[in-house]
Amino acid sequence: MKTLAADSAQNLQEGRVINDFSIQVGTVNGSGSQSSNNVLMRSIFQMGIPVSGKNLFPSNIAGLPTWFTIRVNKDGWVARKKEIDILIAMNPQTAVEDVRGLEPGAVCISPVELKLDAVRNDVVHYQVPFADLATQTTEQVKLRKLLTNMIYVGVVAELLEIDQKEIDVAISRQFEGKGKAIDLNMQAAAKGRQWARENLKKTDPYQVERMNKTAGKIIIDGNAAAAIGCMFAGATVMTWYPITPSSSLCETLVDYCKQYRIDEKTGKATFAVIQAEDELAAVGMALGAGWAGARSMTSTSGPGISLMSEFVGYGYFTEIPTVIFDIQRVGPSTGMPTRTMQGDVLSAYSLSHGDTKHIVLFPGSVEECYGLAMDAFDLAERFQTPVFVLSDLDLGMNNWMADQFPYPEKPLDRGKVLTAEELERLGKFERYRDVDGDGICYRTLPGTPHPLAAYFTRGSGHNERAAYSERPDDYLNLMDRLNRKYQTARKYVPKPVVDTVDKAKVGIIAFGSSDVAVQESREQLADNKITTSYYRVRALPFTDELKQFVERHDRIYVVEQNRDAQMRDLIRLELPELATKFRSVLHYNGLPIDARSITDAIMKQEK
Amino acid sequence: MVDAAMQTSKESHGPAPQTNRIGLTLADYKGAPSTLCDGCGHDAITSQIIKACFELGIEPHRVAKLSGIGCSSKTPAYFLTHAHGFNAVHGRMPSVATGVSMANQHLLQVGVSGDGDTASIGLGQFCHIVRRNVPVVYLVENNGVYGLTKGQFSATADLGSKAKSGTINELPPIDLCGLAVELGCGFVARSFAGDPKQLVALFKAAMSHKGTVVLDVISPCVTFNNHEGSTKSYKYAKEHEIPIHELSYVPFYEQITVDYEPGSVTEVSLHDGSHVFLKKLGLDYDPTDRLNALTTIYKSNADKQFLTGLLFIDEEKPDFTEMMGIVEEPLATLPQERTRPPKSALDEIMKSLM
Repeated sequence: MKTLAADSAQNLQEGRVINDFSIQVGTVNGSGSQSSNNVLMRSIFQMGIPVSGKNLFPSNIAGLPTWFTIRVNKDGWVARKKEIDILIAMNPQTAVEDVRGLEPGAVCISPVELKLDAVRNDVVHYQVPFADLATQTTEQVKLRKLLTNMIYVGVVAELLEIDQKEIDVAISRQFEGKGKAIDLNMQAAAKGRQWARENLKKTDPYQVERMNKTAGKIIIDGNAAAAIGCMFAGATVMTWYPITPSSSLCETLVDYCKQYRIDEKTGKATFAVIQAEDELAAVGMALGAGWAGARSMTSTSGPGISLMSEFVGYGYFTEIPTVIFDIQRVGPSTGMPTRTMQGDVLSAYSLSHGDTKHIVLFPGSVEECYGLAMDAFDLAERFQTPVFVLSDLDLGMNNWMADQFPYPEKPLDRGKVLTAEELERLGKFERYRDVDGDGICYRTLPGTPHPLAAYFTRGSGHNERAAYSERPDDYLNLMDRLNRKYQTARKYVPKPVVDTVDKAKVGIIAFGSSDVAVQESREQLADNKITTSYYRVRALPFTDELKQFVERHDRIYVVEQNRDAQMRDLIRLELPELATKFRSVLHYNGLPIDARSITDAIMKQEK
Repeated sequence: MVDAAMQTSKESHGPAPQTNRIGLTLADYKGAPSTLCDGCGHDAITSQIIKACFELGIEPHRVAKLSGIGCSSKTPAYFLTHAHGFNAVHGRMPSVATGVSMANQHLLQVGVSGDGDTASIGLGQFCHIVRRNVPVVYLVENNGVYGLTKGQFSATADLGSKAKSGTINELPPIDLCGLAVELGCGFVARSFAGDPKQLVALFKAAMSHKGTVVLDVISPCVTFNNHEGSTKSYKYAKEHEIPIHELSYVPFYEQITVDYEPGSVTEVSLHDGSHVFLKKLGLDYDPTDRLNALTTIYKSNADKQFLTGLLFIDEEKPDFTEMMGIVEEPLATLPQERTRPPKSALDEIMKSLM
């Protein structure tokens, strides 16, 4: 099934596979392997070759199995690759199972004492005396385990022909400011490399070759990208409660804000980040701040979303802006906290009791984690409502290559807020009257020095003047206007990314972190004579383009990372007359989605 | 008793001046008509909030009124129409207040809660707002009972207290003042809806404090908890109230003319330059002694005494906005040029990621 471009085919005939493979490192978490894996990934990136790194880790601090996957691909396909080409089996607990999972012909680098050649003889084994090499590198027993990780980097570098110079640059960067650590790690990598050169005979086809495809690119995870987006969106009050996989968003935000959001004259902060006592409080703080006029946000994951439910309904009903990042992980319940899923689509869309529907944005890349973060604040303030940004663990916590982020050109949209001067001129203010006919009313901020400014915000029934009401007509008026407002949002939310191909009978709809895998899959499908169009949803409510796209294709595959086809269900609700066109490609085992799985699923249904 | 209490609150302070120091009348501080039961302790408290704000000459638009859910939490609608109000979800007013204070630290926040809203569903948020010392006057209108759901015991109901249905409460109460002192609250007071003079002085002092104020005010529920056998009834409270001192408040804009015998009065300077004078009654009580405050609270509970007054005060404790080190102007309305870093900042970040 392996799909290879023409040049690769030629290389393969010559026994070489250049810049197109995956590496999986199996280690024990808490053993310090993360630094080594980053060095490996970065050194390849520095050679100009597209690369990504994904950490498949347990919900545990130390001692359990963890895997790091590096995808190297000259065409820029950096989604997880289903097949593992090179296994570095460092964890005795999982080594046997890991090597059993390999395709014939794959590579296995392992400590010699594990005797993995006895498990499989149809893979290429490179057995390395890591313990001896570590002993030769340092006298400090404590450090040997850590340095073993850098020794395998050296071995891999030699086998794949990664420039030693790039390894050294990556090590210097990884241990910036720690001279001794840099020296030791460089020695360890060199040791591994030297041993491999003198003792191993390369019999596998994989190697890297310098390219120029990463010049000017950055490597970043989606949470950091979103944090940068929040900072440049002018967010002022950020609240959070620690939860994997979202914690790093606010933590990174704090770091950046401390650097770039301190008032030069006074040394004071133009932001407040509060670590709340729980998610109930985090969203309450965000809503309080939003009500008082701040650009507020909170960041969480599934369990936090569940807890926020009541307050989010309050925010919808009383019309308070805030932005809620949901870095989705595997649910339900505690689920698999360190694994990825797109499982909160339906719950975020209609979070809370009663009739509620929310604006939801779906970033599909780290660039969009940055860009849509800014859009989210504008939308929240324009529509005076909580806005969700649904990222996920794969996008949020893993390293992605990206173009440099563009500086925002658009000024902040602070929405319809009346000042004291405007109130004076108008002579009248009713908080919930639809003056402009778009469903969006005017609001005032507490502290506005005008006798007309004040109004009473309540989660109970209210009329246009914000007074308590249980009158049927007031309730209908309010709920229908909220619906009108939601319809208005269709014209404001980020447009989908659509690639309509002439004569394509098959359309693919996907969203979020599935994007890269879907794009790669489309090439694989094309190689198998299935031409596809592609529609990437970037927001709820859906925009008008959706119907057009569905209508012009015979069959629509909705690709999503959950069991229940949540996005497909929403699309069916949106287009009931076209409901029979939809098929599902579902991926929900906790691992990031890969192109091969999508291709296989579609080909099976296209037979 | 009920009527007497209400009468007191309306008439004991003599005729109010026509206008206050900013030219507003008492009526300018009123709200919508109350929809609570006639004689409800909460209404008596509301009228003292109105009076305190009026007499202090607070600009109504500077106030943000917050509440949770319950009878008590309805009351922000009944005072200061010209202040923004936020009737939040059950037990979660503290988080809203925290967010509001970050967005605009110049607002004077009055948070009204009840014993159900604070001591049960909201206990966690109560603890954390106190711990953070978010500037808000946190008022608990404490009647020991769930009124809106018709008379279930709350977590402040005393052990052995009798419900209207005849059920005896078998769980010990949570003492919100004791808890607040324990958590490091800088202003803890207990009062009684039927003691308007003390209440209005406490409100004024509370509004001059910078940080979380916890005001636990016993506020009898005339419908569900005002019977024989209740320890939160008007009768019981009247009979058992022991003020620990006589409070008087002198605002910063007035000269101090109080004249007391030496040694009979403790003077406390408040954050905004106002003063509270605590005239000794039976007890020799130092409200700046935290350990003593705790001991006194525990002892009075054991002795079934109902102590009222300023239980603890610490004017030195930094409030949350100070701790957060935020700029003087409200974060809410900072212009874009102060909240969006320049392009050079993004360039620098991008370079660090290459």
